[in-house]
Amino acid sequence: MAATSSGSGKVTLPSDEQILITREFGAPRHLVFRAYTEPELVRRWWAGKRGEMTLAEIDLRVGGRWRYVMIATGGQEVAFHGEFIEIVPGEKLVNTEVFEGAPAGTAPALSTVTLAEVDGRTTMSMLMELESREVRDMILESGMEGGLQEGLDLLEQVAAELR
Amino acid sequence: MARAATTADAFNAVAEPRRRQILDALVAGERPVGELAAVLRLAQPQVSKHLRVLREVGAVDVRDDGRRRLYRVNGQALKPIHDWVAAYAATWDERFAELDVVLEDLKRKEQDDGGDE
Repeated sequence: MAATSSGSGKVTLPSDEQILITREFGAPRHLVFRAYTEPELVRRWWAGKRGEMTLAEIDLRVGGRWRYVMIATGGQEVAFHGEFIEIVPGEKLVNTEVFEGAPAGTAPALSTVTLAEVDGRTTMSMLMELESREVRDMILESGMEGGLQEGLDLLEQVAAELR
Repeated sequence: MARAATTADAFNAVAEPRRRQILDALVAGERPVGELAAVLRLAQPQVSKHLRVLREVGAVDVRDDGRRRLYRVNGQALKPIHDWVAAYAATWDERFAELDVVLEDLKRKEQDDGGDE
């Protein structure tokens, strides 16, 4: 598939209510898991280049809650929170996710991150399951607002991948 | 990106799983409707119906080849979807680029500590 190059994430839409992101990392999975679950590490990557993270709270146990807040470059505050559903250290993380700017009544998304390691490299897949196609589309559109399309050579064959 | 909720819209055309399967089958090359029906294990009239919707939005083109009509994907019509998903991917690519840096750092620290944990 044209979209698969090392270093690039791949986004596919397995069904109307799902978004699947896969990405390979040049590190063993226990480190990827740490980077996903330790607040001081999350703070270093989660905002990308779109802003500064001002809060990363993670209570890593089933039923525990997390909350991330970032101040986007434009000054607006963007916050997410959720609850951990399943935790398999180094392998799997299932949690709910609520965008605090979403319309009232929007059901939380369910995020499932799985990590597979081969030869010290980790393939991460992150499946987001949404309430409806409308919510999924809203989330995809939020990526658009970032205005980050430049220099991207991804998903040339999106038709082939919308499976 | 606001968009009209009409069937004359590539987004809606590909929202139907069968139509995505048809596009998948056509990405490999052009095919006649009978072959599509066989591959997808659908009745030919059903496939024709989906092809009509895909043609309406320009996602699929057709040409005559003797007695056969061959269908193929028109990538240009699907570009809005490509762009839309790509923008989301870009957001995550940025995050992952930062994550790569964090991971390199963690790997180095592990090595400095003398081994694999």
